[in-house]
Amino acid sequence: MPTRTVAVGSASGLHARPAKIFVEAAAKAPVKVTIRVGEKKPVPAKSMLSVLALGAKQGTEVVLEADGDGADETLDGLAALLAKDLDADDA
Amino acid sequence: MPDLSGIGVCPGVAAGPLLRIAAAPALPAPAPVTDAGAEVERAFAALAEVVADLERRADRATEATVAEVLRAEALMADDEELRDAVRERIEEGADAPHAIDAAFGTFREMFTEAGGYLAERVADLDDLRDRAVAVLLGLPMPGVPQPGHPYVLVARDLAPADTADLDPAVVLALVTEVGGPTSHTAILARALGLPAVVACRGILDVPERTLVQVDGGTGEVTLGASSVFSAKGVDEPELSHPGRTDDGHPVKLLANVGSVKNVPAADQAHAEGIGLFRTELLFLDRTTEPSRDEQVVAYREVFQAMAGRRVVIRTLDAGADKPLPFLHQDGEPNPALGVRGLRVARQRPEVLTTQLAAIAEAAADSGADVWVMAPMVSTLAEATSFADAVHEAGLPRAGVMIEVPAAALRAADLLGVVDFLSIGTNDLSQYTFAADRMCGELAELLDFWQPALLQLIGICGEAGRATGKPVGVCGEAAADPALAPVLAGLGVSSLSMSPRALSGVRASLARYSYAECRRLAELAVAAPDAATARKIVLS
Repeated sequence: MPTRTVAVGSASGLHARPAKIFVEAAAKAPVKVTIRVGEKKPVPAKSMLSVLALGAKQGTEVVLEADGDGADETLDGLAALLAKDLDADDA
Repeated sequence: MPDLSGIGVCPGVAAGPLLRIAAAPALPAPAPVTDAGAEVERAFAALAEVVADLERRADRATEATVAEVLRAEALMADDEELRDAVRERIEEGADAPHAIDAAFGTFREMFTEAGGYLAERVADLDDLRDRAVAVLLGLPMPGVPQPGHPYVLVARDLAPADTADLDPAVVLALVTEVGGPTSHTAILARALGLPAVVACRGILDVPERTLVQVDGGTGEVTLGASSVFSAKGVDEPELSHPGRTDDGHPVKLLANVGSVKNVPAADQAHAEGIGLFRTELLFLDRTTEPSRDEQVVAYREVFQAMAGRRVVIRTLDAGADKPLPFLHQDGEPNPALGVRGLRVARQRPEVLTTQLAAIAEAAADSGADVWVMAPMVSTLAEATSFADAVHEAGLPRAGVMIEVPAAALRAADLLGVVDFLSIGTNDLSQYTFAADRMCGELAELLDFWQPALLQLIGICGEAGRATGKPVGVCGEAAADPALAPVLAGLGVSSLSMSPRALSGVRASLARYSYAECRRLAELAVAAPDAATARKIVLS
């Protein structure tokens, strides 16, 4: 299954605003994407509560997984989003 | 009925019917479920109503950050995993309210375990659960009531989510059972100019719709008022004279600002200058330090707007409750006692030297009388090295903030090397009483009338009198009209506050002679506790 490993780029981690942006993007994706930290259980990337509960901080490596048509493109897009500092967008 | 009292945190008097923030609904006794499918639909509809309500409030919110918080909460309630968990519980036999409670409970546990930031978000989960359960039970949505007429808002405490869309035209005053002078309620009340009393024990026992009169200056709440009125803004005649006592002893009245945007309000309030220009605004939410040029522009705007007047600018106050991403300060065990304020210069001296150079460049030819001070100074050595750095940058006036007891105790020493002191009463309270500023349960320890705090201010004032150098107060305590004569009597020569508070403080000072101020100061310091100190001065 296609996977991407990416370090969270947002200064405040995958919290509040960055989490919201990521979850909204994942919800629009054509395939079901999961996200996990280390060997913990993967959770749906479009679940705000689950993504928040990962507790990922800036620099935490997360693994994205998806299967099916467009999985690679979707993962590339979401990985690029995670690597950005989403807190700094409106600065 | 007996009257109640608490800590007045925003002056003004108002009266009206008391309405409470609707309490969180209690879970009813478990009910048998005969049609699981229908029960699931009922639960989902309740969650959808919560989402819709949050989105409506987000649409109405005038501030972008408020709207964003509300939308993030909506996204938390509109969660497929949450719905799956609710469905599972119902299929196992739970009714809708209990299924929702259990589903949120799972995430609650995960958040609590993760600790830190997430543990603080547990309150959001509880709020969402309460809202969904209220919908199911046909109860009013928890939160600020919207009765369609003016009222006095009462709560145990106010959370940012409660007050995000609070309408100051309808809410006459705020009263909370807990909270302190620096709590969210107090800050909100001052921002809206609403009379407010915090730490008012017993207020939650007063029956709904009782007419109450709230005095945000004295902290008194009188039950059984006879009319509905609001005296905010009309209780003081418009005064514009420089700050002084009845017999002409000067106490400069200055404004706290964060950027040039606040200068018109300071002018409108007849501020004699700026007593605290916070520079954090420029650094907040940044992953890289603002350049020297960018800083020069921001500082110059304020200096030029204040040409001919004093501007006390404070160097970067970061750390603790104001973490700055570019400083990468993660992982301090106790940030309030960690590398914050001037201490940042130990690790990153260039941040300070760049800032001082930018201030010096912006001050040149601006016409303003620019003074510079450092936050979080504890020792003579720190004060000396800061004063040297300021003078090396070509700035004539260096001062330090008094925020820790060590600095207050050695105020005379500090004044040997710096030109002025400015007392930050919020932090000085926090460190004197070892009481976290954000901890509502410790509100009475953070009361600015605590005699120990006043005594420390008095030590600074005495050092100022002895050396002839200015000693100001720029914390929230400076905005309390009743405390102003006490501070003047303790030897404080300037008070700096949010512009809105200036007229009340100006009027209060003008009611006392300097001799009376000194006598009140002595009595307040000698009082056994804060309540007695306040009572002595107000009687």
